[in-house]
Amino acid sequence: MKHILGVLVENQPGVLSRVAGLFSGRGFNIESLTVAETLDPKISRITLVTRGNEQIMEQIIKQLNKLINVIKVIDFCDIDFVEREMALIKVKAEASTRAEVLRIVDIFRGKVVDVSPHTYSVEVTGDEKKIEAILDLLGHLGIVEVVRTGKAAIARSKKH
Amino acid sequence: MKLTGAQIFFECLKAEGVDTIFGFPGGAVIDIYDEMPKHDIRHVLVRHEQGAAHMADGYARATGRVGVCLVTSGPGATNTVTGIATAYMDSIPIVIFTGQVPTSLIGNDAFQEVDIIGISRPCTKHNYLVKDIADLARIIREAFYLARSGRPGPVLVDLPKDVINAKTEFKYPKKVSLPGYRPTYEAHLGQIKRAYAAIAKAKKPVIYAGGGVIASSCARELKRLAETLRCPVTTTLMGLGGFPAPHDLWLGMLGMHGTFRANMAVANTDLLIAIGARFDDRVTGKLDEFAPRAKIIHIDIDPTSISKNVRVDIPIVGDCKDALRKLLHVLDENRLEGLDATRKPWLEQIQKWKETYPLAYEQSDHEIKPQYVVEKLYELSEGKAIITTEVGQNQMWAAQYYHFSEPRTLLTSGGLGTMGYGFPAAIGAQIAFPDRLVIDIAGDGSIQMCIQELITAVENNLPVKVAILNNQYLGMVRQWQELFYNKHYCGTCIKAAPDFVKLAEAYGALGLRATKPSEVEAVIREAFATPKTVFMDFVVNPEEGVYPMVPAGKAMTEMLLV
Ligand SMILES: Cc1ncc(C[n+]2csc(CCOP(=O)(O)OP(=O)(O)O)c2C)c(N)n1
Repeated sequence: MKHILGVLVENQPGVLSRVAGLFSGRGFNIESLTVAETLDPKISRITLVTRGNEQIMEQIIKQLNKLINVIKVIDFCDIDFVEREMALIKVKAEASTRAEVLRIVDIFRGKVVDVSPHTYSVEVTGDEKKIEAILDLLGHLGIVEVVRTGKAAIARSKKH
Repeated sequence: MKLTGAQIFFECLKAEGVDTIFGFPGGAVIDIYDEMPKHDIRHVLVRHEQGAAHMADGYARATGRVGVCLVTSGPGATNTVTGIATAYMDSIPIVIFTGQVPTSLIGNDAFQEVDIIGISRPCTKHNYLVKDIADLARIIREAFYLARSGRPGPVLVDLPKDVINAKTEFKYPKKVSLPGYRPTYEAHLGQIKRAYAAIAKAKKPVIYAGGGVIASSCARELKRLAETLRCPVTTTLMGLGGFPAPHDLWLGMLGMHGTFRANMAVANTDLLIAIGARFDDRVTGKLDEFAPRAKIIHIDIDPTSISKNVRVDIPIVGDCKDALRKLLHVLDENRLEGLDATRKPWLEQIQKWKETYPLAYEQSDHEIKPQYVVEKLYELSEGKAIITTEVGQNQMWAAQYYHFSEPRTLLTSGGLGTMGYGFPAAIGAQIAFPDRLVIDIAGDGSIQMCIQELITAVENNLPVKVAILNNQYLGMVRQWQELFYNKHYCGTCIKAAPDFVKLAEAYGALGLRATKPSEVEAVIREAFATPKTVFMDFVVNPEEGVYPMVPAGKAMTEMLLV
């Protein structure tokens, strides 16, 4: 099963390679990984997508917690959360297909961020399904290049 | 007053109570060496950096304190890696200081530069590159704290040359602040009570103890628990000495070369109480058939050990000593009545297993059996020596035939299985305990892996005894080839060997040899009586095997008995 993990770590050199090294060294797989500083510059947050049965996930979480620089691990499986990913998509846009590209981008609430005589570059954010869907539609028109950020996730606040 | 990095280094060691460093110099650490004579610290000059790491490890295992080694950058650092990984696998607290090129050159493929932080990351508990002298004292403080606390382990500190030469005010931090590191020492009382309930119901319990019992110094508590419960005890290789071998509840070691009764007891137990043990594959064999009828209680300070290999019914995270004390307390308050009667059939069954297949070998009158040598070492040392071992058959015979009664009397590479460990580890232990008898039980293959440390032993007047069980083979591998590869002895015949007696003499040690059983005792007696480093070359039957043996991947009940 797929799991999204939020990992709070000390913002120090080498910490990311400890986390990544833990995965490769123990034969776990990382599907995506994003990192950036939190509000507290001493702490960074890694959002990591991985896969495994219950026993593997238990090990992954325990092993992450065991790293000295890891402060906290959140498994989003246990909680209600919002996830987003951003993709930058360079798609072929010839005279005959430009309107179609714009229409699709509009439907997905994307944004054209760069234009060339033969391409549009499009920014789109959303959950994985939405990104997959726009990639599928634009795919028919000819995608030149895609850059995806990987997931970021945040827990939903209690409503009351 | 401002101090240099090198001065701060020694001030920190002083604050940590370090009295001995095992080391080897080089350009990157020359400034530390330059400073060294001004400080009251013993430096043991090794002849290969692997030896330094193993000596620090042997020192740590024998004393329970943190062992320290100091080496230069590049090749000095890489030479320690086997020693670091050995300590890591067995959770031994050592701190390794490596020199590093100046910070301005890091990453430039400078002379003798290596990314030791990257290399050692998977085999250290934690490691540090000190980039700023302002961090030096704090990092050393943290390194020692991490090495010895929680589940102990090796911590490496990489020291760039410019940091060693920079100056700053010295202040040793009183406290460490590591927000992500909070080992759990206190066992949860609710879980202890669940364990008690399971214990109260059990008819055929077995205690399976590991190195954690030694690390947390709870052999006394373990013995009390076993006696209170009338519960038989087996230990892993790492746990040997954690329970007195002469005790009537002692099953012997379990696992691949464990006793018949220990493996049968585990296969038939209805409650396995695992204490500071990690269910290594050499212990469990085929996982599905390991303790198949048992509920499992697992006490361990490291949560990652719990349910890693085997599903645990009652996990107890915490220091083994704390957990055992609490459990004993609950048992004292809620006495289990009639235990003698309840346990009787179980202990009788175990006794039967013991009689059916005891550990045994046949000593002929013309050829020395290696087991006989180990038994004689036991007898003549009255079981009081600190034994180190190399890896292979020698290690298993030491485990089977030297009957350990005290913690920290067997120092052996259990997790990594490092040939070459035993001799330097014996040197480390002998330095810690100059007056004790320290014996390395060695194979003729393994001893050659760190044999250069012979001069370290001689130079320091260390009366380390090395008992070479010389079978002219890489015996353990030969045994596998014999049993599972049709006697295809490829790469395991090591007849081409140095004359160990002359070799010892060349280094200024004493060399002795026994080729007949009748000579064994005299050689051992002479070795013990000689206050020098001694090599004893026992020319043993080359084809002896270690039994029982469970073939890799088989169930623990599928033992080959002879
Ligand atoms: C550094 C290292 N290399 C290889 C091995 C694999 N190995 C395990 S036991 C063994 C044979 C050891 O031979 P020897 O030291 O002569 O001891 P014996 O088994 O004959 O007692 C070997 C090669 C190892 N454990 N460690």
